[in-house]
Amino acid sequence: MPVPTPFHPRTSGLCQSLLWKEWSGYYAVRSYDTCHEREYFALRHAAGLIDVSPLFKADLRGADAAALLSLVTVRDLRNLRVGRVTYLCWCDDDGKVVDDGTVTRLADRHYRLTGNGPLGAWLARYSDGFDVQIEDTTEVYGALALQGPMSRAILVDVAGAGIERLRFFRSMSGRIGDIPVGITRTGYTGDLGYEVWVERDHAVAVWDRLFAAGSGYRLQPVGLDAMDVTRIEAGFVLCGVDYFPAHHCLLDTRKSSPYEIGLGWAVKLDREPFVGQRALREEQARGVVWKTVGLEYDWDDYEELFASYGLPPHVPSAAWRDAVPVYDRRERQIGQATSGTWSPLLKKNIALATLRTAHAEPGNRVRVEVTVEYERRTIGATVARTPFFDPPRKKT
Amino acid sequence: MSAHPRASRYDAIVIGGGHNGLTAAAYLAKAGRKVLVLERRHVLGGAAVSEQLYPGFTFSVCSYVVSLLRPHIVRELQLARHGLEIIPLDCSFLPLPNGDSLARWSDGERTRREVARFSPHDSERLGEFGLAMTKLCRFAKQIIDNPAPDPASLAPRELLNLLRLGRSMRGDPTDLRWLNFKLLTTSAVDFLDLWFESDQLKAPMSVSGIIGTFLGVRSPGTAYVLLHHYMGEIDGAFRAWGFSKGGTGGVSMAIARAARAFGAEILEQAAVAEVRVHGGKARGVVLENGDTIDAEVVVSSVDPNRTFLQLVGERHFDTEFADQIKRFKLRGSSGKVNLALDRLPEFSCRPGDGPHLYGDIAIAPSIDYLERAYDEAKYGDFSQRPYINVVIPSLVDPSVAPPGKHVMSCFVQYAPYDIKEGAEHWPQRREALGDAVVDTLAEYIPGLKESILYRQVLTPWDLEQEFGLTEGNIFQGELSQEQLLFLRPAAGWARYRTPIDGLWACGSGTHPGGGIMGAPGELAAKALLASRRL
Repeated sequence: MPVPTPFHPRTSGLCQSLLWKEWSGYYAVRSYDTCHEREYFALRHAAGLIDVSPLFKADLRGADAAALLSLVTVRDLRNLRVGRVTYLCWCDDDGKVVDDGTVTRLADRHYRLTGNGPLGAWLARYSDGFDVQIEDTTEVYGALALQGPMSRAILVDVAGAGIERLRFFRSMSGRIGDIPVGITRTGYTGDLGYEVWVERDHAVAVWDRLFAAGSGYRLQPVGLDAMDVTRIEAGFVLCGVDYFPAHHCLLDTRKSSPYEIGLGWAVKLDREPFVGQRALREEQARGVVWKTVGLEYDWDDYEELFASYGLPPHVPSAAWRDAVPVYDRRERQIGQATSGTWSPLLKKNIALATLRTAHAEPGNRVRVEVTVEYERRTIGATVARTPFFDPPRKKT
Repeated sequence: MSAHPRASRYDAIVIGGGHNGLTAAAYLAKAGRKVLVLERRHVLGGAAVSEQLYPGFTFSVCSYVVSLLRPHIVRELQLARHGLEIIPLDCSFLPLPNGDSLARWSDGERTRREVARFSPHDSERLGEFGLAMTKLCRFAKQIIDNPAPDPASLAPRELLNLLRLGRSMRGDPTDLRWLNFKLLTTSAVDFLDLWFESDQLKAPMSVSGIIGTFLGVRSPGTAYVLLHHYMGEIDGAFRAWGFSKGGTGGVSMAIARAARAFGAEILEQAAVAEVRVHGGKARGVVLENGDTIDAEVVVSSVDPNRTFLQLVGERHFDTEFADQIKRFKLRGSSGKVNLALDRLPEFSCRPGDGPHLYGDIAIAPSIDYLERAYDEAKYGDFSQRPYINVVIPSLVDPSVAPPGKHVMSCFVQYAPYDIKEGAEHWPQRREALGDAVVDTLAEYIPGLKESILYRQVLTPWDLEQEFGLTEGNIFQGELSQEQLLFLRPAAGWARYRTPIDGLWACGSGTHPGGGIMGAPGELAAKALLASRRL
């Protein structure tokens, strides 16, 4: 049975649709309305507030915190300055991804790691001999993602003008009312947005402050269904959907390297040893077998396929995550599309797919499976660069 | 103040920087042509324009919702990358004078419960009605996305086009074909009578058949436009009716950015005085500032009357063609009232904020009310109690008003161009029209008058004088049966060519007509490129 997050007293009152799901053992709202559409548009046109408290959090304090994180993850964090956030992943000895998340340097010797799964045991495995205290802060803090073009104006209202200066992937401490909070300019929607970290006892008060300020900016509570559409538009892979944590995979073929899930840019190979380094070097030398790419479905093909059944084209109402096969032009399978959505902004069917490297060049033509009237068919699609949607306001 | 173009010669000059002119320009530039767009006003958009008339408040001055903007245009011109964002309308709200109200939602079950309060019978027929409309839409989609068929021609390609249109109805049972025929011939009310009994449902549904026409909801031929409301659901535009972020000018600006990215040059404050015609061929234009610009072709997005009779001149056309253009019905029938409000309008029937206000709000309490509104217009007056279509875009797009404040856009019908005093007397009647609208709305929103910070009233006269829409017709020509398809704007000239060699038309006055569809601009540009004249 899931447990409530610190914001549950508010989210439960607002979630009139009763559409909940389980997220890492917590109750999470799928959509407050019967359909997530209004929430999606709030994220893109106004602002949305998403309870992301179930994210796993670990605070690392001590002289060796950076050294430990640099050993465990693929990045060298000893150069990360105070007030900066970075996105990264961590691997097993075979160079296969265990999880992905962010590291924030909160103070000189204080770092916070977030992830999709529990962090403590994985860190403890490597922390012997390091001067570091690791605290699981998952239950200590509630977290809210305030995302969308109006998020900055709202946050300035409640937390002061200093927010205006907070740049993309930076962190600051601030106050909302008299409540101390951490604020990072991060998120999972690919838009202008922030995440607010608050001790759980003050969680509801911060929620209320944000909504009091947000009403003039049409702030809405947003559930995971809407966020899922935006994260696919942003081209973000999701652990457990687009790739699987290596330490939970029964089959080796299910595991992925950072290069295979589009996180190769985060890997710094030429430095002191880190977990997975040898394997990743070998993979680089050998050549990466799989690539995670964007796919854009051919609309004309899609429409014609439905028309051949006498149907108007039907687009899925929510993002999907039941993988479908992807073929080359001769109908040989070259990979799979692992999640996708109709993008209301782009007027396109888009998907994230794992393809054999030879087929993964942007512009490459592939075929993807579509089911119509219980029949499995294929239509054309084009390998596309991600993000599919990348508004300049995200970084400015 | 006036602007000068960078060059003296272009492949194509597009007259008018409205959304269709810009769409045509974008497609021509995308195909590598050297294109110049000339806009008379200081701001782009034509009738799809956003202007800050009062500090902090952005108004969609004329056209206020995005209708069937073709989704393939969004894709082909990459409009999302250039800033286009459309927020769907989620609800159609009907406040009633007796304190009751009806909200129709995209959530079918919720709508069914609402309608059942007025008619259980109607509530259970909504699904069947929607299904029938969806089937009929396939036919309409063929019409919108292709050049108009020419039934008078026996050329193989024309016959093929007709065949394709016919094939879109293939497999349809006979009763659906009869229904299609009814849709094309009956009144909106008669058509809705086939399904529904309650006035409260039929009245707000029927008005979509009369918008921009000088017809009533009981006038034959008004049923067809009902289809447009279902079109979006089948053509990949999905939830096609919506607000454009930053107002409807946001659509025009996105298209303009796309056109510029493809290399088009766009000038504001560059009014065209005449299209230069020599030896039966268009050679370019003369601006009001005296500049002469040459072009291989001139593409006009302004209305047929202005294009042919004012910018070219009647003497260049056969009498028969000139007569057709003169008879092309413009007769604007609507006005616009834009309000800046210092607080959320409070409807006495459903007080407070709520999603019922996030879509369009119709003052259309009964069919008789709508017919009475039409009666006044027939005899040369504006309706004292008009049909009003209200939207409050600031409720979903906070960028158009300061926090807690709102913009309210009121489309008003009927306000006939030819009032009995004469159209030129509209400026003296303008505020009276504004008062009639505010008085009508105040019956539903008691605190409205006190909350108004600023009011703009646009009469058909203003639409003509300020926006160049002859006789104030918002669609550059009524969307009535006899002016659609191969008859728009004139028989034999529905394919964007004109009787003047090198002069093309691409505005709402051409097939498939008005609304923020972009289809005339796109189809005209594609026809021009296919003609190899450029």
